[in-house]
Amino acid sequence: MPDLREIVEVLLLQNYNTRLVVLSTTLLGIAAGLVGSFLLLRKRSLMGDALSHATLPGVAIAFAAMVALGGSGKSLPGLLLGATLSGIAGVATMLVIRHTTRLRDDVAMGFVLSVFFGVGVASLRMVQSMPGASAAGLESFIYGKTASMVHADFLLISIVAGLSSLTCLVFLKEFLLLCFDDGFAASQGWPTLFLDILLLTLVTAVTVIGLQSVGLILVIAFLITPPTAARFWTQRLVPMLLIAALIGGMSGWLGASLSALTPQLPAGAVIVIVAAALFLLSMLFAPVRGVIPRRVQQGRLRRKVDRQHLLRAAYEILEVQAGDGPVVNEPFPLADLLAKRSWSPLQLRRILRIARHEDHLEIAAPGLIRLSESGYGEASRATRNHRLWETYLIQYADIAPSHVDRDADMVEHILGAKLVRQLETYLSDHDLAHRVPPSPHPLEPSARP
Amino acid sequence: MNWTGFDTWIVIIGALCAAACALPGCFLVLRKMSMMGDAISHAVLPGLAIAFLVTGARASVAMFIGAAIAGVLTALFTQWITRFGNVDRGAAMGIVFTTLFAIGLLLIRQAADHVDLDPGCVLYGALELTPLDTVTLGGIAIPRAALVNGIVLLLNLGIIGLLYKELKLTSFDPDLADTLGYSSQFLHYLLMTMVAVTTVAAFESVGSIIVIAMLIVPPATALLLTHDLLKMLLISVAAAVLAAVCGHIGALIVPGWFGFESTTTSGMIALASGLIFALAWLFGPHEGIVTKWRREAAIVPEPAPITNNSTT
Repeated sequence: MPDLREIVEVLLLQNYNTRLVVLSTTLLGIAAGLVGSFLLLRKRSLMGDALSHATLPGVAIAFAAMVALGGSGKSLPGLLLGATLSGIAGVATMLVIRHTTRLRDDVAMGFVLSVFFGVGVASLRMVQSMPGASAAGLESFIYGKTASMVHADFLLISIVAGLSSLTCLVFLKEFLLLCFDDGFAASQGWPTLFLDILLLTLVTAVTVIGLQSVGLILVIAFLITPPTAARFWTQRLVPMLLIAALIGGMSGWLGASLSALTPQLPAGAVIVIVAAALFLLSMLFAPVRGVIPRRVQQGRLRRKVDRQHLLRAAYEILEVQAGDGPVVNEPFPLADLLAKRSWSPLQLRRILRIARHEDHLEIAAPGLIRLSESGYGEASRATRNHRLWETYLIQYADIAPSHVDRDADMVEHILGAKLVRQLETYLSDHDLAHRVPPSPHPLEPSARP
Repeated sequence: MNWTGFDTWIVIIGALCAAACALPGCFLVLRKMSMMGDAISHAVLPGLAIAFLVTGARASVAMFIGAAIAGVLTALFTQWITRFGNVDRGAAMGIVFTTLFAIGLLLIRQAADHVDLDPGCVLYGALELTPLDTVTLGGIAIPRAALVNGIVLLLNLGIIGLLYKELKLTSFDPDLADTLGYSSQFLHYLLMTMVAVTTVAAFESVGSIIVIAMLIVPPATALLLTHDLLKMLLISVAAAVLAAVCGHIGALIVPGWFGFESTTTSGMIALASGLIFALAWLFGPHEGIVTKWRREAAIVPEPAPITNNSTT
């Protein structure tokens, strides 16, 4: 096990051996986070998947060409140039299939992925049998090999990552438009095809530099996972880009450091697992769109809706009980409540328990329920909102009195104080300010005959 | 070229595997889930690794089961993330399979000291070596891979034959299927299980490249040629078998052109299927690019008014 000093050294980039690796994967993560965000919003996340597979024939052919020209065949810029060219060929094939056939995006991607990868593996195998040259290192492009990075490679990776990030920021507005409404962008005269190609070029660039450090399968995760995680934290593009870059950078930094500290762990895999862990945390706990906060919010809303339905049902029962006289708060039978809505007895018992806990009602006698003072107030308020909305629908939306109940049932819970005041002025009935207006339709099912 | 009985077996195994993949592939393509094959074939790695670490033997039944479970889990996790997280399905798939693949790599690398399991071997398979591993059935020695892929092909044929109507309905209109009482959820998972089992069976014997290519490319080819599901299934199987035959012949001939010794048959089968797709794309009887050009060229130079159009 590495001791604490070593860990701090690696994390703070003070260790000479690992500094380059950690720094370059961090930069790569940032660039991939930015570029991947646009891919995600364009619903083309798997484009990175297709593209990264499509680079493989280029790697093999570039190697063969360099060996044939008398070189060593393993110069990184040469291999990456080959990868870029064949990636571009893959993108072109995808675009051609999309525009000339009725096959969809996913089929075009799958086609390019499988055929190019097949060709790549076939040519890699051919190249490996080349006389006089060992191509043993080429397979590291599939699984990634960070340890073999030299200074020139690092420079190349940082320059490409920097340029890609910069391009993303420069074309922020254009990409935003492209992602959210490409039809509108085209109608406004923006060159959408050019923008699309530019975006895919950026993806190719990030994928190609990712090949060396994390490998062609795991670079896909760099493009997909951080942006998807960032999406849980915000609804706005710029914060999303920043968070995606942060998550991508953090995965690269932590993952590469962790793998540098333990020689048994391959960097690519560790980076992906770190990114996946960050994704899982975001998905569960992010306050804006995370699963758990959303569940809590939904639960709160459901309880509120249940409570208001219960209290309004109680109030309407009291109205029927009172007949033509004024409504008074007196005990009423539980069975009436059950008949009011499509509650199952179990549901009703749960709702009643919560209402009792909140002091809105009490059990007067077995089977008899009485609203508390606060419950009665809340009940008349809920009923009043419901009736106001019904009256509004009848007067302004020309809906028949027999049809407004259900609509009002859904809207009543979100009527704020401001809206209620507005309704009161619209309906210009001074009496409304004080009392609960009568229901515009017969109350059904009415309490017992 | 030197054709031997060995080559015949390679072509038969390749064709069986290709046909077995093309059948469920048609439904994947129709459901806009073409990338699922790729996702599953990467994601089964941890299943293979765990089963291998537990049993310590390659090509065991445990490995098959482990991989099939991992494959079904991929579909399940993707579905969960899509539904609960409100995430685009492509992105969910990407996250799930890369993570599982990474876990698989870690497991394999951890165990690399004392076991012999190479990710390259798992990913590429060795179709060329499959005829060596035979089982004797009724007195005849049959390659194990031929048996496995044959069984999977029959299984897929049986399921599609039995549930043809249901699969068709849920592929084109899942909501209607649900209202009619056919569970589109159930059929979705059934299809995913089929894909996982097919992938794994092929995987373990011939490598993942054939699987990924055969799940997508022959069905896409068929989709360019017909609008009828039954015809699509038939054409895609035919295209898959043709690709397997041409692919192996290519693997024997092509390296010689460039002065190389050999290459992988799986890669060449993928290439062959791509070329068949290109032919359909160019010369398809209805929607081929060249066909359309020629049709347009035949129509345009005739400005004469159409006289007898009563028949059409």
